[in-house]
Parts: sequence; C-alpha cells; structure tokens
Amino acid sequence: MKLHEYQSKQIFSNYGIPIPSGRVAANAADAKHIAEELGGHVVIKSQILVGGRGKAGGIRLAKSPQQAEDLATQILGMEIKGLPVRKILVDEAASIETEIYLGITNDRSERKPVMMASSAGGVEIEQVAKETPDKIVKVHIDPLLGLRDYQARDMAAGIDLPRKHWQTFGQIGRGLWRAYIRSDATLAEINPLVITSQNRLLAVDGKMVLDDNALFRHPDLAEMRDVDVEPEAETEARKYSLSFIKLDGYIGCMVNGAGLAMATMDIIKLHGGKPANFLDIGGGASSEKVAAALRIILSDANVKAVLFNIFGGITRGDEVARGILAALQEVKTDVPMITRLVGTNAEEGRQILSEANMITAETLVDAAKKAISAAQGGEQV
Amino acid sequence: MSILVDKNTRLLVQGITGNEGLFHTQHMLAYGTNVVAGVTPGKGGEWVLEGKVPVFDSVRIAHEATGVNTSVIFVPARFAADAIYEAADAGILLIVCITEGIPIQDMMRVRNYLDQKGIRLVGPNCPGLLTPGEAKVGIIPGDISMPGNIGVVSRSGTLTYEVLYALKLVGLGTTTCIGIGGAPVNGTSFIDVLGMFEADPHTDKIVLIGEIGGTDEEKAAEFIADHLTKPVTAFIAGQTAPPGKRMGHAGAIVESGSGTAADKIKALQDVGVQVASHPEEIAELLA
Repeated sequence: MKLHEYQSKQIFSNYGIPIPSGRVAANAADAKHIAEELGGHVVIKSQILVGGRGKAGGIRLAKSPQQAEDLATQILGMEIKGLPVRKILVDEAASIETEIYLGITNDRSERKPVMMASSAGGVEIEQVAKETPDKIVKVHIDPLLGLRDYQARDMAAGIDLPRKHWQTFGQIGRGLWRAYIRSDATLAEINPLVITSQNRLLAVDGKMVLDDNALFRHPDLAEMRDVDVEPEAETEARKYSLSFIKLDGYIGCMVNGAGLAMATMDIIKLHGGKPANFLDIGGGASSEKVAAALRIILSDANVKAVLFNIFGGITRGDEVARGILAALQEVKTDVPMITRLVGTNAEEGRQILSEANMITAETLVDAAKKAISAAQGGEQV
Repeated sequence: MSILVDKNTRLLVQGITGNEGLFHTQHMLAYGTNVVAGVTPGKGGEWVLEGKVPVFDSVRIAHEATGVNTSVIFVPARFAADAIYEAADAGILLIVCITEGIPIQDMMRVRNYLDQKGIRLVGPNCPGLLTPGEAKVGIIPGDISMPGNIGVVSRSGTLTYEVLYALKLVGLGTTTCIGIGGAPVNGTSFIDVLGMFEADPHTDKIVLIGEIGGTDEEKAAEFIADHLTKPVTAFIAGQTAPPGKRMGHAGAIVESGSGTAADKIKALQDVGVQVASHPEEIAELLA
C-alpha cells in the first residue's frame, strides 16, 4: 500500500525527521489560508500516487497567498496519468543548497533491509543506479540488530557529506529506520533530503510503501489507504479476499492458485487471445466467493468469455462445480463460460457442469483455444 | 529415493487443532506419513483424529516426548513467525511453513535467525513436500504423482499440481516434489534444492517451475551452468503480467523492470535449460 507524500512525511516527522512546515488542503481557499500562515512563499504539491508529478506541472512555487490560491485551483483541476488530483500539500518553500537521497528498502536476494544514500538527490534512485551507480552508497542492515551508528557515519562519509552534518544525518537515518520498522514498510524514502542555505537538513519530499500483509498490526496506517488509485474492481475484490488485477484483454479468468492463474493468462496470450484479468480465488471455491469473482469479472464490459480453470487438489471438483452453478443462478449473464476441471472428482464436476450447458475442456491448451473461439463468437461446443 | 522427507520423517504439526491443520493432518496420515505429534498451545493432553495423534502445549515438550524431526506449520500469518522460532529453538532441523501472508519484515528476521542456527525452512506460502509412496508433508494432493526419477521444485502450488498430474498422465513419477513458496523472502531457494537433487542418486531429471519477481531463477541458471550434470526442464509463469503489480504471491512482482519472465527464460535457455511454453508441455518434453 502506497502512502501519499504528506502521509509519509507526517510519519517521518513522528520519528524526529525534520520536515518543512505545511498542511494538506482539498480546496484553493484553504491553500491560500495555509500560505498566509506560512508567510506567502510556498510550494503547492499535488498529492497523487504516481511518479512524474513535477514534469506534469503538479508541483508549483507560489510567491504570495493569492498566487498560491490560483495555482491551487489549477492543480486541483488536473488529472495526472489518469488520476484526478483531490488533495494538495502546501509547504513552506525551502532555499535549497544541496539535494541528497536517503532510503531504505528490502533487498530480496540478500534477505535484509538495505539503506541507500546518494549525493545525486532529487532524481529517481533507479535512474541514478542506471546512469551513475558509483554515486550510490549501500549498507545492508542486519534485521536482528537494526541500523548501527557506524553504518550511518559510513554512509555520510560515502556521499561526501560535510562533517558538520554527520550527527544530524545520523539522527535522520535512525529516524528513517524506526519509521520503516515500526510501520512495516517495504520502502521508506526521503528524496530529496536537502541542505538549506541556513545549513539545516530537511526532508522535502517523502515516500512510503507499506506491507499489505502487516497492516493487521497497524490499523491506524491501514486507514490511510487511498482507493482512488486502483480500479474499483480491485477494491471490491479485496473485500472478498480475492486476488484480482484488471488487464486490458477480453477473456475473463477465474483460477485457483496464483501461479496457475498467471500460467492461464500466459497460455491465452500464447494462442492469440488477450486475458482480461488475473484472478486467484484461492483454496476452496464456495458459491459465494465464485459469485463475487464472477460479478467482478463481468463488471468489465470488454469481457467476451470467461474461463474457469480449477485444479481440484484437496478442493473437490464436484464441490467447485456446484459452487459455479450456484453462482450462475445468482449472476445472470449471456457471456459464454468455459470450464476446465482437473484432479480430484473432476469427472463428477464435469458431469454437473455439462448439464448446465457450459463449454468444458480437458487440457489447458484446449481450454484456452475454446475460450478464444467463444470470445470471438465462434462455435460454442 | 528422495530429498528432505521420506519414510523416516517423524512429523510434528503446529496448529494441528485449527481447521486447516486438522484437515491436512488427516490427509497426511491417510497418505501414510508418519505424523507423530501436534502442537496447539493450551490444548496439551488432548488427542485428535480418533486418538491417532497426541497434542502438546509446546514444540519443546512434543519434541522431548516423541522425538519428532520435522515440523509443518499451519498457524495463521500473525502467529507464524513465532511458531517458526519456537520450532527452531526446540531443535527441529527441518521446518515447513505452509502459511501465506507473513509480513516480509518478520520473514527477514526469521531467515537471518535460522541461518545463524543452521536450520532449514521450506516456505512460507508453499504447498510443502511430497515424496511419492513415502511421505507427504503439507498440502500437495497425494494421488496426482507416483514414484519416479524426476525431481520437481516450484515457487507455486496448483501450477505444480498441474505439472505433476501432466507427468503422471504420461507415466512419469517423481523422487520428491518441493514447493519453495511464493514469498519474497523464503527459507529455501532453487539453488538449495538443485544441489540436493544433483546429489540424490535416484533423481535423474529435474523440473523447475518459476515465476516473475526477484532473481532466484537467474541465480538458478548460473548454478545449473556451474554445478549440474542432470538435465533441467523449466516453466516460468507470468509472461503476461503487468509491471508493478503483485500477481497473488507477495513475491510475484516485476519491480523497476527487473524480475520479468523474459529475463528468466533467457537466463535459463542460455545455460541449456529447456523452457516449456506452457505447463503441460513439460510432460511432452520429458515423455
């Protein structure tokens, strides 16, 4: 789950990281008011969960409260990469001397968190890694020990930070580590961390991504989710604990298991079709869950056929078949349905479904071909 | 005949009185697995499944009383890391964690702790292991595979069943099938298992089933080039997965352009691995 800049910086501030004075606003009048409080010289920043806001004109400098109001009106009317701007952050403008990058993320292959710093701040770290990798200093942190003070000093020295800032840099590093650990983040990033003309270190921009699997122990953070960023169907799917991702094809897929669901999408593509979604219904397949999944798939008007691919392992094929039938009673549709049931009690399951006039398939390849043909209005076997 | 689990496995089930734990213990017993004990804190002294399996309050007590050598964990995600620590501290040397959805920071701490103690973890978010005819540790359906000479290692669950079943239909069986799980940080990697299959005299061929995300398949390719004499056939799921989206498994995500199916397929093909274009083709390639 991604957090907005203003949310991330608020969390950083809670852990002792200095951030600019500022507040979030949802209308231009509030923006003007906040700008007045901050002395007029402010930066107006759109709060959206995609990168590239600056280039899109979503970050602007205002020299007066009136200008702040005008710019706020403009930015609040914008759409950036298809996302409407609903909130803006009004921050006191800082006079920036130097821009630094400081971030922590998970290094999967080392199975440890990694802290990264770079003297090339203000640029996306992936770009720095590609163009000037020698400007990035990395330290892996033992998750059982946490960030050591010497590691923070090594980073400061590694990016040639003047010695007079080492102590503050260390405090910020430790604050970022605590924010990362205590929020169960998968990314906590300050970019840029600036040195101002008054020689202060200040986290001007911030970004956090939280581990969805850990939100159960952070109900306060879970409430920060902004559902604007995801298709409505994905929000709906989460309610039923379905793993669903919308794609731009026309063959709906309902599969048990994530790997098999990906393989099913792949095989549709392999035979010239286009999958409309990824959907893992998980273990079991109660009629309630199947019905919810079917409603979500069919809410996409592009869907011309639905392919059920179920490997009955411990889940029995006849049970799944009954679940599908019950779901079809509830969700009426003319969209052709192709079912492939394999494994335990698959034969009984196929029997049940053939009576319901569904197209059945034996193999994965057969199922994909039949789904593509049905979607194109071909013969319905 | 196998790796990691066999007829000498003396299995402990952590979370045995929960729905999942009880259900799958029944299937493991029916398969012939030597399930000797279960643990549910607060239920020590009870017996489950018509008096077949005794329940203990802690792994330590169960270990002392019954001499278990392997543990399989079915406890919910929020308690799973603790269950792994408990098994490790009680001296269990092989821990198989089926649970899905364990926070990644928990798993980083668990993995670093286990490495210091030299304890092997399989999973989490995995279907476990199946050594046909000898032992089933986890949730892989027993009847979809038979004894044979192929070692199977996979990051997936039902996709693995699909491959086992396709192999069985053409008369091919397995030494051991091991699901290493779909978590971004897990206990056992492809490389670990490839090394074990290479050393197992009964395994003649290896099937590797990977998916998008991370670099485990690329590392496996390097390892195959340097250390393996046995032929490997592979399938990689997720060629049509959009970047930046988690495809069900927490670990199945293309991030900053890395971890794509195309990269993995190329890395494997470059070292001579046959990569199937769909799962059923694995059986065709090996038949």
